[in-house]
Order: sequence, then C-alpha cells, then structure tokens
Amino acid sequence: MLLQVEDLRAAYGSVQALHGVSFHVEEGEIVALIGANGAGKSTTLMTIHRLPPPEAPVVKSGRILYRGEDLLKYEPHQLVDRFAMAMVPEGRRIFGNLTVQENLELATYTRKKSDEIREDLERLYTLFPRLEERKHQRGSTLSGGEQQMLAVGRALMTGATFILLDEPSMGLAPLLMQELFRVLKQLNENGTTILVVEQNARLALKYAHRAYVMETGRVVMEGTAAEVLNDAQVIKAYLGG
Amino acid sequence: MKQYTLAVATLVFLVLTTGATAFGLLDAYYQLVLMFIGVNIILSASLNLINGYMGEFSCGHAGFMAVGAYVSSVLSVWLFTRDGKLGAALLSPELAVYLFPAILLAGTVAAALAGLLVAIPSFRTRGDYLAIITLAVNYIVKSIIENTEAVGGARGFMGMKKVVDAMTEVADLPWMMIWVMIGTVFTLLVIRRFVSSTYGKGIVAIRDDEIAAELMSVNTRRLKMVAFMLSSGLAGLAGGLFAHILGYINPGSFTIMKSTECLVMVYLGGMGSLSGSVLSAVGFTLLLELLRPLELIKWVVVPFMLILLMLFRPEGLMGSRELSDLFPRLRAYHRTGRE
Repeated sequence: MLLQVEDLRAAYGSVQALHGVSFHVEEGEIVALIGANGAGKSTTLMTIHRLPPPEAPVVKSGRILYRGEDLLKYEPHQLVDRFAMAMVPEGRRIFGNLTVQENLELATYTRKKSDEIREDLERLYTLFPRLEERKHQRGSTLSGGEQQMLAVGRALMTGATFILLDEPSMGLAPLLMQELFRVLKQLNENGTTILVVEQNARLALKYAHRAYVMETGRVVMEGTAAEVLNDAQVIKAYLGG
Repeated sequence: MKQYTLAVATLVFLVLTTGATAFGLLDAYYQLVLMFIGVNIILSASLNLINGYMGEFSCGHAGFMAVGAYVSSVLSVWLFTRDGKLGAALLSPELAVYLFPAILLAGTVAAALAGLLVAIPSFRTRGDYLAIITLAVNYIVKSIIENTEAVGGARGFMGMKKVVDAMTEVADLPWMMIWVMIGTVFTLLVIRRFVSSTYGKGIVAIRDDEIAAELMSVNTRRLKMVAFMLSSGLAGLAGGLFAHILGYINPGSFTIMKSTECLVMVYLGGMGSLSGSVLSAVGFTLLLELLRPLELIKWVVVPFMLILLMLFRPEGLMGSRELSDLFPRLRAYHRTGRE
C-alpha cells in the first residue's frame, strides 16, 4: 500500500474539519476524492501534505502512512525529496515572477543529477509543447490553462512518483479539462500514482480506477470508478440526474 | 570576448580612480563621495536581497552595519595600533595591509551571525514580524554600543585612521579607495551569483508564493535564513569600510535614519533589480551631496521627492528589471542567469 490514511481527524482552531477520514492509495492507481463544496476533500490533501496552519488544519488524531512511514513527522518540503510526492495546489500557485523555465527549474531544487533533470525537462516539453513555446515568458503572463499545465509540469519536475492534485479542472474550458486528464492518464500509464481531488465528478470518474465520496469531513462511500459512477445516490447528488 | 567587457571596464575604472587619487587629481571631498557611493551600493544591493527579491521587510539594516563597523574597527585598532584602552599593538602595524581583508571579513561574519540571531525567531512565523524585530534590533544594537564603555559608549570609537596610515606607510596608495572598490565589486558579484542560482530562484519563489515554494521542495525557512545572513553580513562589510573611511564611528551613525536611507535606496532603484540598486545608490548619494547647501531643508526636499516617486513610479526606477532587460544589447557584455 502506497498511502494509507487512518481515521484522520483535524481541526481549524475549534472548528473540526475532518471527522475520521480513512482511505488508501495503491501504487500505480489513479484515485479520485469527490464530493460537494466543503466536504473536506482539499482539506484532506493539504493535511496529507503537512501544510502549516492556516493553510491546513491541525491534526488531532489519526495516522498518515506512506509506505509504512508516518508523514506527520515531516515538513512539506521534505515530502518531495524524501518520499517523491508532489502536490499541484488548488489555484495553481505558480511563481508569477519567474519564467516558465525557471518555474520548472525551481522544482528541481533538491535534485542533484543534472542529466536526469534535463531528460525530464525534455520529456515534459514533449508532453506540454505549449510550455516550451512559452518557456522564457513570466509565469504571470500565461493563460489559465497554460498555468495549470505549468503547475502539473512543476510537480513532475520534482521527480515525484506520486502526485496529488487539488481541483485541477477548476477554471479550465471543457476541452482543456479532458486534455489535462488525458495527460494524467498517460503519466499514470508510465508509472505515476495519482490522487486527485475533483468537483467535476463525472470527469474524475472517467479516468480514475477507484474513488471515494466525501461528505462533511467523512468518507461516505468507496468503490471502483464504475461502482461509484453507477451508484444511485451519487448520481443524484453529484452527477446531476 | 564581449562578455569580459564589463569586467575590463570595471577594472579600468578602478585603476583610473585609484591612479587619480594617488596622483592627487581627485580632491579629498570627491574621494569621500566616491567611497560613500561604494558603501551605499553595498548597503542597497544587500538590502534588496531581502526587501526586493525575497519580498520580506527588513528595516534595521543599519544595526547590522553597526555590528560590522564596531567589530572590524575594534579588531583593527586592537591588533595594529597602540590604544589607551586596548593596549599595545599585538601585531606589527605593517601587517595591516595584508590582514585588512581578514578584518573586514571578521566584521562581515559577526554581522551575519547577528543576522542569524534575528532570523531564527522572525522566520518561524510568516508576516510582518521581521519588520518589527529588525526595527527593535536596530535600537538594541545602538543602545548596547552606547552603554559599552570599552568601545567608547556614546562618545564613539576612533583610531582607525592610524591603521589606514600604517597601510600607507607600507605602500603609498589610496588604500581605503581600493578596499571600497574591491568590497563593492565583491558584493555585486556575490549577490548576482546568488540571485541567478537555484537559491535565487528560490527566494523569488518565496516572494511569489511561500506555500507553493515549500511544496516544490524548497526549505523556505532555511533559505530565508541563508538570504538574511548574506544580506546582514554584507551590511557588516559596508559598516567595516564606512568605519575605516571616516576613522571615527559613534552609535549616532547607525540609527533608524541610516536604515531608512537604505530602504529609500532599495525602493528608489526597484525591488529585485540589482542594477536598479546600484543606480539608486549612486543617484541618492550624489543627490544628498548636491542638496547639502540646503542644510535642514534637504530633509524636506528628499522625502518630498520620495512621495512624488511613490505617486508616479511606485515600482522604483527599474521595477524588477535589470539594465540588460531594458537594453538587450548590453546582454552581450555580461552573462546573467536569465537567458
């Protein structure tokens, strides 16, 4: 088991946000966390990634195990170079004052082997040709879709084998959403494990292997993507009939 | 070949100025102004690292300058001259010429350590704490010096002139001019290297989005400390040079007023622009000298110009661009990190 979250309880100050969330991710999977606004999906991701408050809540109890090791002991920057896991945060959060290339180079901050980095960069540019066209432009001058590609590219450049994405389709045109998920699928086929939080349940379920449905800080349902997609309640609540 | 032009031009400038000074073509006042320009370039460029590139707000640069100034002055007077309080010279005064870089380095290191002391508590949290803490440190440093009789307290500390004289006896050269030039060039090289390295991209990333930088494996707390130590260390270097140029220092030279001057130079030049910092240090120093006849009114005119600047060009002269971004042809003359 790659990632195992056990009975995770966390609170923002006195407001409890997660009421005992449990789920797991196997190596090589695409797992989707779906649910309505405020269900605690993004909160779960940020808690896994150990972001300091106020970004993420304080963990009260529970465990987050990655290959059997407790992640609660580590700081966010350590997750990247120790465990090769990277996050694509909600709202992209790319570095507007750095060029596209510099954004990507920064992601290799703790990596040492420059020939591997160069290979990864070339592979990334074949994956996202648009980024190569814009590589000397500042991040802030990119369009929303391009920024999302850059955010994904940045996570890849850390050398991560496990990528967590927080609402990647937000603000993207439908065509770009599909495009983005196709790229994620392609990455997954090449061995990257993916955990994606997504409001667009139909889109996420189309590409994921398994899914968890969250509601008010709890996991209320789990199953393969097909099972979840065919569940009457899910259809009613999240897929619009 | 072209990429060496800047280095050669700098060298020619150094040789010409030193030569002009040595042969008495440059009178003492112009020499002093030139040296102050150097010191101010070091101050503004080093502060720009924190306030510009990293986007934090440090407003006690003069405090670190004071640490460097006092440490290197006390060391050089103690080692090379006979002083009423510190006793006979420990080393032969002729050695001053050779050991002066080490003395400046000691001041730099002391200031960097002071910077570390400030950085540890203030970077534990995000937000405006750095501004408050650095402001407090500026006052603390000043009052510690004022109350330490061994370094002259509020009366100040002198004797550095003798050290400089000792250097001149070994070889009749305008030594302070040479050291200031070397210090300035050294500072600019170090900062340029730093900002074009991965570390430099890291600090710009911290300014843009600290959380995202942390997610991208940047150890933001450590990087902020490294940058802050570098910045305060270089302020110490400026202090050491400043002390030996004047030959006399007192706590009054390192007040919040001096820190404000540093801030003004950074914002005048443009946050995150090294060439902007150099231009504004030159411009600001000259402006203050030109306005000297106005005496007290100077302190009305200068702030007024600042207000105008903030109204009409809030990003400073250069914004975050470098000269080579405005004049791409310049790029051929030196290599930068940016392609």
